[in-house]
Amino acid sequence: MSGKDKINIFPSRGAQTLMKARLAGAVKGHSLLKKKAEALQMRFRQILAKIVETKTLMGDVMKDAAFSLAEAKFASGGDFNQSVLQNVTKARIKIRSKMDNVAGTNLPVFETFEDGVDTYELTGLSRGGQQMAKLKINYKRAIELLVELASLQASFVTLDNVVKITNRRVNAIEHVIIPRYERTLAYILSELDELEREEFYRLKKIQEKKKAIRDKAEVERLRLKAIGRAKELEEAGTIFDDNNEEDLLF
Amino acid sequence: MSVAAAQGKLIAVIGDEDTCVGFLLGGIGEVNKKREPNFLVVDKNTSVQEIEDCYKKFMKRDDIDIILINQNIAEQIRHVIDSDNDNPLPAVLEIPSKDHPYDPTKDSVLRRAKGLYSADDMR
Repeated sequence: MSGKDKINIFPSRGAQTLMKARLAGAVKGHSLLKKKAEALQMRFRQILAKIVETKTLMGDVMKDAAFSLAEAKFASGGDFNQSVLQNVTKARIKIRSKMDNVAGTNLPVFETFEDGVDTYELTGLSRGGQQMAKLKINYKRAIELLVELASLQASFVTLDNVVKITNRRVNAIEHVIIPRYERTLAYILSELDELEREEFYRLKKIQEKKKAIRDKAEVERLRLKAIGRAKELEEAGTIFDDNNEEDLLF
Repeated sequence: MSVAAAQGKLIAVIGDEDTCVGFLLGGIGEVNKKREPNFLVVDKNTSVQEIEDCYKKFMKRDDIDIILINQNIAEQIRHVIDSDNDNPLPAVLEIPSKDHPYDPTKDSVLRRAKGLYSADDMR
C-alpha cells in the first residue's frame, strides 16, 4: 500500500468539510464494529466451552446407549437389527429450528419434538421388553443431547464466519479507510495553505506596483510644479481620477 | 418456509449397523415417498464412494437439519466434510461408535476451534 494513497478530490473548503464528516463517520463506525466484534467473541467463547463440555458428556451417554443395545440383544435372544432396519416408516422425533439473535447475527437453535406413534411398539414383545424400553429411553436421551450439541455446533460455525467478517471490517477501517481520509485531509490542508500564501504574495506585489506608480506621478508633479504650471495641474488632478486606473495583471 | 420446515426437520444417520438400529429405535428413522431412507448402514462391504455419495445427498436434502456420522466413517470421507464447513446447516456431528472411542482431536469442528484457542480450553 502506497503512502500517497488518497481520495481523488479537488482541494477546497467544501471538500475539507466533507472529508472531516466522512472521517468522523468512519471513526464512529469503527468503534461500533469493534463493540460488535467483542460481543460476538464473548458469545463465541461461551459456545466453545459448552461444546467441549457437551462432547465429553456425549461420550458417556453414547457408551450407555450402546451398552443397553447389547443388553437388549442378549435379553431378546435374537437379532432384531434387520427387523428394525426394514420397518422404518415415519420419524417420530423431529427437530424444529428457530433463530437466536446475537448482535445482529442469527444463530440456529434446534429443539426436538415428538409426533406420531412408536413404530417399534411390538419389537421385543416376546422377550426382553423391559430391556427394549430402556434401550429406547437411552437412545432418546442421546438424541436430545446430540440435537443440543448440533445447535451449539451450528452456532459455532455461523459465529466463526461472522467474527471473521467483522474483524476483517474492523481492520479494514482501522488500517485502510481512516488513514486514507487522514491523508486526504492533510493534502487538502496543505493545498489550502499554499493558496493562502500565493494570495498574500500577490497582494503584496500589487501594493508594491501601485506604490511605484504613485511615486513616479509624485515626482512628475513636483517637477511640473517647479516649472510653474502647478496650479493648472492641481485643478485637474482630483481624488476621483484614482478610480479609472488600469488593472494590474501579472 | 417450505412444507418440510413446517413439519419439522429430520436427523440423518450414517453409521454402523448397531448405531443405526439404536437411533432408529429412538425414533428418528424415516423413509420418504421416493423410498429414500434418512440413514445409511455402513458395513465392511460399503465402499467409500457410496458413503461419500450418501453424505452429499443428505447435505443437499432440505428436510435434513442434522447429520450424525460415526467418527471412524467420518475419517474416511474427511476431505468432503472439511471442504464445505462454512455452511452451518445441516449440522454434521461426529459420534463415537461401539468399537471406536471418540477422539476429540479428529473432529472437524474441534480441530477448527483448536486453532483459535489454547489446548487448555479443549480439555
